[in-house]
Amino acid sequence: MGSYVLRRVLQMIPVFFGTTLLIFVMVYTLPGDPVTALFGEKAADPAVVASIKHKYFLDQPLWKQYLHYMGNLFQGDFGTSFTGRPVSDIMAGAFPVTIRLALLAFVFEMILGLALGMLSGLRRGSVQDTLVLVLTLMVISIPVFVLAYIAQTVFATNLGWVTPTVQDSYDLSQLVLPAVVLGSLSLAYVARLTRTSIGENLRADYMRTAVAKGLPRRTIVLRHLLRNSLIPVITFLGTDLGALMGGAIVTEGIFNVQGIGNVLYRAINTKEGPTVVGIVTVLVIIYLVASLLVDLLYAVLDPRIRYA
Amino acid sequence: MPVAARARLVLAAATSVVLVATGCSSGGGGGGSGSSDAGKTFSYQSSEPQNPLQPANANEVGGGRIIQNLFKGLVDYDPSTAKIRMQVADKIDTSDSQTFNVTLKDGWKFHDGTPVHAKNFVDAWNWGANPANNQINSSWFSDIEGYQDVHPAGGKPASDKMSGLTVTDDLHFTVKLSHKVSYFEYKLGYIAFSPLPDGFFKDPAGYGQKPVGNGPYQFVSWSHNTEVVTKTFPDYQGVDKPKNGGIVFKMYTTSEAAYADLQSSNLDVMDQVPPSALANYKNDLGDRAIDAPQGAIQNIGFTLYQGDWSSPDKAKVRQGLSMAIDRDVITKTVLQGSRKPATAWVAEGVEGYKDGACGDFCKFDPARAKQLIQDGGGVPGNKLLITYNADGGHKEWVDAVCNSIRQNTGVDCLGDPKPDFKAARAAITSHQLNGAFRTGWVQDYPLNANFLSDVYRTGAASNDFGYSNAQFDDAATKADEAASVADTVSGYQQAEAVLPSGMPAIPLWYYRTNSGYSTKVQNVKFDSFGNPAWTQVEVKG
Repeated sequence: MGSYVLRRVLQMIPVFFGTTLLIFVMVYTLPGDPVTALFGEKAADPAVVASIKHKYFLDQPLWKQYLHYMGNLFQGDFGTSFTGRPVSDIMAGAFPVTIRLALLAFVFEMILGLALGMLSGLRRGSVQDTLVLVLTLMVISIPVFVLAYIAQTVFATNLGWVTPTVQDSYDLSQLVLPAVVLGSLSLAYVARLTRTSIGENLRADYMRTAVAKGLPRRTIVLRHLLRNSLIPVITFLGTDLGALMGGAIVTEGIFNVQGIGNVLYRAINTKEGPTVVGIVTVLVIIYLVASLLVDLLYAVLDPRIRYA
Repeated sequence: MPVAARARLVLAAATSVVLVATGCSSGGGGGGSGSSDAGKTFSYQSSEPQNPLQPANANEVGGGRIIQNLFKGLVDYDPSTAKIRMQVADKIDTSDSQTFNVTLKDGWKFHDGTPVHAKNFVDAWNWGANPANNQINSSWFSDIEGYQDVHPAGGKPASDKMSGLTVTDDLHFTVKLSHKVSYFEYKLGYIAFSPLPDGFFKDPAGYGQKPVGNGPYQFVSWSHNTEVVTKTFPDYQGVDKPKNGGIVFKMYTTSEAAYADLQSSNLDVMDQVPPSALANYKNDLGDRAIDAPQGAIQNIGFTLYQGDWSSPDKAKVRQGLSMAIDRDVITKTVLQGSRKPATAWVAEGVEGYKDGACGDFCKFDPARAKQLIQDGGGVPGNKLLITYNADGGHKEWVDAVCNSIRQNTGVDCLGDPKPDFKAARAAITSHQLNGAFRTGWVQDYPLNANFLSDVYRTGAASNDFGYSNAQFDDAATKADEAASVADTVSGYQQAEAVLPSGMPAIPLWYYRTNSGYSTKVQNVKFDSFGNPAWTQVEVKG
C-alpha cells in the first residue's frame, strides 16, 4: 500500500509539469496582448508597455518565461497579477470560499443522492422510485443557470428567506443556496447511479446468501449491499469534487460568490498568465489527490482489491 | 476615457467577482424624499480595480470610480451642467493658451493631515509621466513642456522632471505647455492630474493599496474582490460637501446579480441595469429608475488606410451606408431605448455639442442611400464586414445595422466578431482589417475637442481609421490656439463640419445611463460620465 501511494505521488510530478506547461502555452497563445489591453481603446504608450512587459517578464521568449515562472514557483512565489497583488494572496482569498462551496455541495449531493438512490433502488417500480426518477430527470435536463435563477427568484425575491446574492462569501449559511444549486446536477447522477448499482447487486448471489443466513435487513442493506454498490458512486463523487471546484463559475457569477471560478474567469479574460497557471495548477493537484483517495477507498470498500 | 471604458465596463462587469456585507437595515417605502442621515453610507456597484489605486494608473471604471472619490484635482465638472468648476485651484490664468498660472486655495488637506501644496501637484505629475512607474495614463501629461525628456518613446529618460512645471511657492505654480492648448484646464479635471501626498513617493506600491488622497471621501479598507470602503473626509474643502457618510464599493461579477440586489435593497446605486432588465426596469423601479444622457458615442469606423476605401469617391459610399441605417428603429427595438440616435460626432450634453452636425447623412433615407453608394462606385466586392468584439454585447445591434444596410441597399453586410475586446483591438490597431469596425468614444472631459481632436486628427492616438484631412487638422490647430475656451469650442465645431464630406466614421447613437437606486437612498442624479453625483446622494434616516 505504501509503495503504491508513493508511486502514485511520483506520477503526479510529470502531470504537474505537463499541466503547467500546457496552461502556460495556452494562455500565451490567447489572442490579443494583455498589456496593450490595459490601455483600453486609447492607444497604448509604447514606453509604458515596454516597461510593464519588462516588469512582468513578458518581453522574454515563452520558454524563458516558463523557466522563470517555474523557478519562482519552487521558491513559493506564484507571481504577481497586474493589480500588484501576489497571486498567492489572490488564491488564499478565493480558494477557501470555493472549497467551502464545493464541500457543501458535495455533502449535499452525497447524503441526499445516496438516500434517494437507496430509496428508489430498494423499492423499484414503487411510487417513490418513479418520483425520484422523474425529479432527477428534470434536474438533469435543466441547465444550472436556469436552476440558479429560479432558486434566486423563489427563495430571495418571492419568499425573502435569503438575500439574492451572497453578501459574505465566508459565511457558510449564505453559501447553502448556491451549494444546493451547484450540487443539484451531481445529486441527480448520484441518485441514479446508486439506484442502478443497488438494483444490480440486489440480485447478486451474496445477497441471496445473506438473506438465507437470516441476517437482519439493516445489516444486509448497509454492510453488504450498500458497500458493494458504492464503488461506481465513489468513483463519480471523487472526480466530481474537482469538477465542482472548477465548474462553479456560473453559480458563483449568479450568486456573486467570490470564489476561484470568478477569479479564474477574469484572469483568463485579462490574460493574466501567473494567475491562470497558479489556479489551474492547484486545481489539478486537488483533482489528482481526490482521485488517489478514491482509488484507496476502493480497497476499504472491497477487501478483494489490494494495492501492492 | 477610451471607448474602452464602455467595452471594458461590460467586460469588467462580466468578469469580476464579489461579495460583501454592508451591514444595513432595510429601508423605508418608495421614492419620495424624506429625512436623510448624513452619517450613513451607501453602496455602489463596482468591479475589482485592475490596477493599483494610483490616480495616473486608473483608466478603467473599477479603479477610476474609486479614485475620483478619494482624490480631487484642480478642477472638476459640475455633475448637473458638465461645466468646469474650480476645486483645489482658486484660479487658472493664461494669456497665451500655453503658459498657465495656477493659484491654489489655502486650507486643502490630504487625508493624512498634510497640506495640499503646489509641489504635490508637480511631483505627482512628474511621477505619473515617468515610464519607469508604469502608469497607464502617463500620456495625459504629454502636452507639458519637457514631457519628451521624462518620457521618451524609447531609451533612457534624460530627466525625471518636466521642465514646463515650476513651483513658485506653496500655493502657486506654472504649467508651460509645449504647444498651445486653449482648453488645457478642461483636461485638468481628469483623475490623472490629482495631487499626491509626500508620503506616496516613498512607497507608491503601498499607497496604491491604501490610497491617501484629498477628495471628499477617505479610504478605509479594501477587501479584494469584495469591497472598497470609504468614509466622508471631515476636512474636505471642495464645493461639493458630502451629504452622506461614505461610499461602499461592492464588487459584482455580473450586473444581473447587482440588479437582483438593488431590487431587494441590498445594493443602493448601480451602474447600468443588465440588458435583460432594460425592458422592465422602469416598471420594476418606478420613480427610482434613471434614464440620463451620457457623454459617449458609438460609431462605425472605416479602414481608410486600405486601397479599397482610400479613394475620395468612397466617402459617398460611407455617407450612403450611414443613410441606410434606421437608427430610430434599432435604438427603440434592439437596444430597447438604451441609446439615442446620433446626429453628430460629438455626444449630446458635451460642451460644444452641435445637434445635426452630420446633416442629412445621419437621417434614414434608403433611396438616397442607394444612389450615394452607386455614385461612389459601390462597396468594394459589394460586401461589408463590420468587426466587433463578441464579449461586449454588440452582436445584436451589429446584426441589426447589417440587416438595415442589406435590406435598404442590397450590400451584403455581415458582422465579423472577434472573440474578445483584446483581439478586436489588436486587429483594429494593427490595421489588419478591410472594411468597417465598431468603435466609439467616451468623453475624458466634457468638451467637443475631446471627441474630435483625439480621434480624427491626422495621426491622433485613437485615429484608427487612418483619416487625414488638412482642412480638419487646420481647423483643430486653430481651435487649440484660440484665446478662450469659447473660441476653442466654436473652432472645433468648424472642424466637425468637415467630417460629413469624408465620413471617416458613421455616428450611430449616444449612450444613456439606464440605472436605478434602492429604497434606502434619494437625490441620486447621474452626470454625463455615467457616474452618480456621489456627494449629493442622501441616505434615508
